[in-house]
Amino acid sequence: MNLNLVTCYSVLLKINKLTMLLKFDLNGKSQSVDVPEDMPLLWVLRDTLQLKGTKFGCGKGLCGACTVHLDGNAIRSCSIPVSQVQNKKVVTIEGLGQGQLHAVQQAWIEEGVPQCGYCQPGFMMATADLLQRIPNPTDADIDDNITNICRCGTYYRMRKAIHKAAQLNQKA
Amino acid sequence: MWKATRRNFLIKTGAGLGLALGLGWVGKKAIRGFFVEQADKGALVQFSTDTEPQYWFEVQKDNTVLFHSPKIEMGQGVFSALAQIVAEELEISVNQIKVVHSATSHGPIDPNTTGGSDSISSTFSQLSMLAALMREMLRERAVALLEIPLSGLSAQNGHVIGQGKKLSYAQIVAQTSEWSLPATEPTLKKPEKYQVIGKPLPRVDLEAKVKAEPIFGIDATFPDMAYAVVVRSPYFGAVRGIVNAQEASKSLGVIKVVEQPDFVAVVAKSRYEALMAKEKLQIEWTSPTPLLQQKEVNEIVQIGKGDLTVVQENGDLTCLEEGEDNIKLEFHTPLGTHAQMEPNGVAAYYKDGKVVVKMSTQSVKNTRNEIAEATGIRAEDIDIHPTFMGGGFGRRLYTPHAYEAVVLSQEIGLSVHVLFEREQEFQNGYLRPPTHHKLSAKLNNGKIEAIEHQIASGDVAFGSSLVPSFAPTVLGADFGAWRGGLFHYENIQNNSVKYWRCQLPFFTSWWRGLGLMANSFAIESFIDELAKKAKQDPISFRIAHIKQDERGKRLIGVLKEVQKISGFGQKVLSEGHAMGVACATDVNTPVAQVAEVKIENGAIKVLKVYCAIDPGLVINPDGVKAQCEGAISMGLSASMFEELNIEDGKVMPNQYLQYQMAQIRDIPDIEVSILSSGDTPRGVGEPPMGPIAPAIANAVASLTSTRMTKIPFKQYQFS
Repeated sequence: MNLNLVTCYSVLLKINKLTMLLKFDLNGKSQSVDVPEDMPLLWVLRDTLQLKGTKFGCGKGLCGACTVHLDGNAIRSCSIPVSQVQNKKVVTIEGLGQGQLHAVQQAWIEEGVPQCGYCQPGFMMATADLLQRIPNPTDADIDDNITNICRCGTYYRMRKAIHKAAQLNQKA
Repeated sequence: MWKATRRNFLIKTGAGLGLALGLGWVGKKAIRGFFVEQADKGALVQFSTDTEPQYWFEVQKDNTVLFHSPKIEMGQGVFSALAQIVAEELEISVNQIKVVHSATSHGPIDPNTTGGSDSISSTFSQLSMLAALMREMLRERAVALLEIPLSGLSAQNGHVIGQGKKLSYAQIVAQTSEWSLPATEPTLKKPEKYQVIGKPLPRVDLEAKVKAEPIFGIDATFPDMAYAVVVRSPYFGAVRGIVNAQEASKSLGVIKVVEQPDFVAVVAKSRYEALMAKEKLQIEWTSPTPLLQQKEVNEIVQIGKGDLTVVQENGDLTCLEEGEDNIKLEFHTPLGTHAQMEPNGVAAYYKDGKVVVKMSTQSVKNTRNEIAEATGIRAEDIDIHPTFMGGGFGRRLYTPHAYEAVVLSQEIGLSVHVLFEREQEFQNGYLRPPTHHKLSAKLNNGKIEAIEHQIASGDVAFGSSLVPSFAPTVLGADFGAWRGGLFHYENIQNNSVKYWRCQLPFFTSWWRGLGLMANSFAIESFIDELAKKAKQDPISFRIAHIKQDERGKRLIGVLKEVQKISGFGQKVLSEGHAMGVACATDVNTPVAQVAEVKIENGAIKVLKVYCAIDPGLVINPDGVKAQCEGAISMGLSASMFEELNIEDGKVMPNQYLQYQMAQIRDIPDIEVSILSSGDTPRGVGEPPMGPIAPAIANAVASLTSTRMTKIPFKQYQFS
C-alpha cells in the first residue's frame, strides 16, 4: 500500500473535470493554476496565489474592495470565475506600478488618503482604470465612475487624490 | 538586543481607575453620580498594564527602535500618534521608530480596549514617561562609556552626544549588560519645547497601505492552513436541529464538517471549497417563538416602556408638566450597523496545549480571556497577535470567531482560518440599537427656563462582555446609550435626563460614538427649534445657555470658530442654499459643525461641512483632521441613508448597496479647524460623530419648512 493519496486525489479531480488547468498573465508574468473553474478570481489570487492585496468585502460585486484589472479594465474579482481570465491579462494592486509607485499611488501618498487601508487597493485600481478612460475627470466623472465603498470616510481626500493623479499623469 | 521590561519601566505609573474599583466602598447613588460625571468627561479609563513579561521598546542593531504598541491600528492613526509621543521624549526621529502590534507573548497587554476615543489620552503620560526613562538610562550609561559627566551629555536624534563624541543608542545597548533606573524621575518636556508632537507628519503606515502591504485578520495565514466557514444562526431565536453533512462532507476539498454544541463548521483545503460545501449542508432550524418583526422592535423601544433611570436632574421641572405653551418634539433613530470593510477573520494554530491566534480585535485581553474560558486553555498559553484592522467602529469588541478557530484547529490538527461572510456580519455581529427621544422645554423671555430629554434605547454597554454583569443593577442607565444625551447647556437651571432601558431580544451594542449620534441629533435639533421660537440666532442662542466655566468656554470657542470659518449667519449664500449648526461635547472634546445644503432632485445634497474641534493637546493635526473628515462622512452616511429592519427574525438588508451608505458622490468638501487648548490630549475619533446629523437637519429646517425628526433623512422628499 504505497499509494500517494494526494496524487490519486488530483487525478480523480481531473478525470471528473473538477479542476482545470488555467493560464493567464498575472502582473506581467505567466501564471498557471489548477483550480475549480468556477472559483472566483478573488479566491485564486488571495488563497491559491497568496496575493493578499486584493480584498474581500462582500463577495457580490457590490463594494469594490476586490477590484483588479482584466485586459486593462477594472472588474470586481469576487464575481468573475477564474475560467474567464484564461489567456487574459490580470493586474492586481501588487502589479499596478510595475515595481514603482503608480501615479495613483503617488497621489494617494501626497494627499494622505488611507485610514484603515482595507478598501484602498480597490479604489486605487478603480481610479487607475478611470484615468485610462478619462485622463482628466471632472467631479461629475468621479461621482459617476467611482462607486466603491469606504467606511472610514476617506472620500474627501480621495477626490483630491484622483485629481492629483490626473495631474501627475499629465506631467509624466 | 536589549529588552526593557515593564518592571523596569512602570515605576511611576498609576494603577488603573476602573468602574469596579470604587464599588466596594461607595454607595450606589454616589457611584452613579461619579460614574455619570466621569463617563461624560471621558475620564473613565486610565492606562496600566498588568501582565508579565512584556516590553515596549527594542533597540535594533541599525539604531532603529521597535515599538510594541498595545493599541491597535484600525485606521485612526494611533501608530503615528504614539510614535510621535515616543519620538519626542526618546529624542529619535519618527522614521527611526518601527511600530508593530504588541503580541500577548511579547509586548504590553492593553488592559482596556482600542476604542472609546481614549487611545492617546489614556497612554500619553505613561508613554512619555517610559520614553523619557529610556532616554535617561541611555544617557546615564554613556557617562561610563564616553567618560563624560552626565551634565555634558545630551540625547539627540538617536545618539548621546557630548564634547565632540557620540554614541548611537544601538552602540550603547551593545555595550551594556545591566541597566539601572535613573536616580530621579525624568522631567518631561513642556509643550512649548515640543519638536515632534504637534507636527502634521504623514502617517507611519501610509506607504505600506498604498502598496497594500499590511496584513489584516482576514489575510492572516499559517503554513498549510485550512479554511473554515462557520454556519451561523440564520435568524434571531433560531434553534439548531439535525445536521445532515453527508453531501457537504463529500464536497470537493472538504477536510471535515465539525459539529460542536454551539456551532457547525465546514473545514476545507480552500476557502472557496469551504463556501461551496457549506451550501450543501442541510441543517434544520426551528424557532420556539414567533419570528421577530420590526413592528415589535418599534414597540419595545419607546419612551414609557422598559426600566426608568434618572441620569441628570437639577432644579424644578414642574413647569414642564402644566404649561400648554411648552415646546415638545419627538425623534427616532433606526437600527444601524458598523459595515466595516474588512469582514472579521481569524487564523488559529493549536499545538501541544498552546495556541497562536492572528486576528483583528479591539480587545486583545478580552478575546484571550474568552478563548481561555471557552476552551480551558490557560490564558498564558494563548498568544494573540493582533493584526491591522480593516475598520473597527466597535465591531471588533465582539470576537466569538476566535474561539471557533481555536476549537477547529484543535479538532483537525491543522491551523485554521475562520471568515465571517458579509451577510453574517449583518446578521450575526451586533447592531446599533434604535432610539426614541422626547424633548420638552419652556421658554421664558427668550431663554430656556426648563428642559427635559427622555431617551429610550436598546442596550449598548449592558450585555457586552466588557462590562460587568452587575452594571445594570448598580447603574440602572446604560452609559453607552445615554452618551451625548446630557445637556451641556448648563445655564439652563432646570433640567432633566431620563433614560428608559428597552431590552431587545437580539444583541445591540458598541458603535462609533455609542449613543452620541442619536442623542446629539435629538438635542441639537430641538435646541434649534427653541432658538427659532425665541427668534434668535442659533449660535448666540446656544452660547447664551452655555456656562462660562472652563469646559463651557471651550464649547463656546468651537462655536465661534465654526461661525468664523463658515460665515454662518453672515455670509450671503447662493439661492436655494442654507446652513445649519450643531455642537457636542464628547470625551471632553467640544466640536461644532456647520452644514451647507441644497435640495437637488427632491433630495438633500450636503455641499460643505465646516468643523471646529478642540481636542486639547494635538499630537498630529493631520491625523485629527482625518478623524474629523472620517467621522463626518460616517455620520453623514448613517444619518442620510442607513437603516436596518427586522423581517422574520432576519436583519434586512444584509449586503452593501441594499444597505445604502455614502459613496464618493455624497461626500461634500470638509473644512476642519483645530483649536488646541491645554497640555493634555483628549479624544478625537468619536466626538465629530455628534453634530453632523443635527447640522444637516437644522440646515434643511432653515431651507424648507420641514423639521426632520427621523433618521435616515432619505425618507424625506422635497419638491
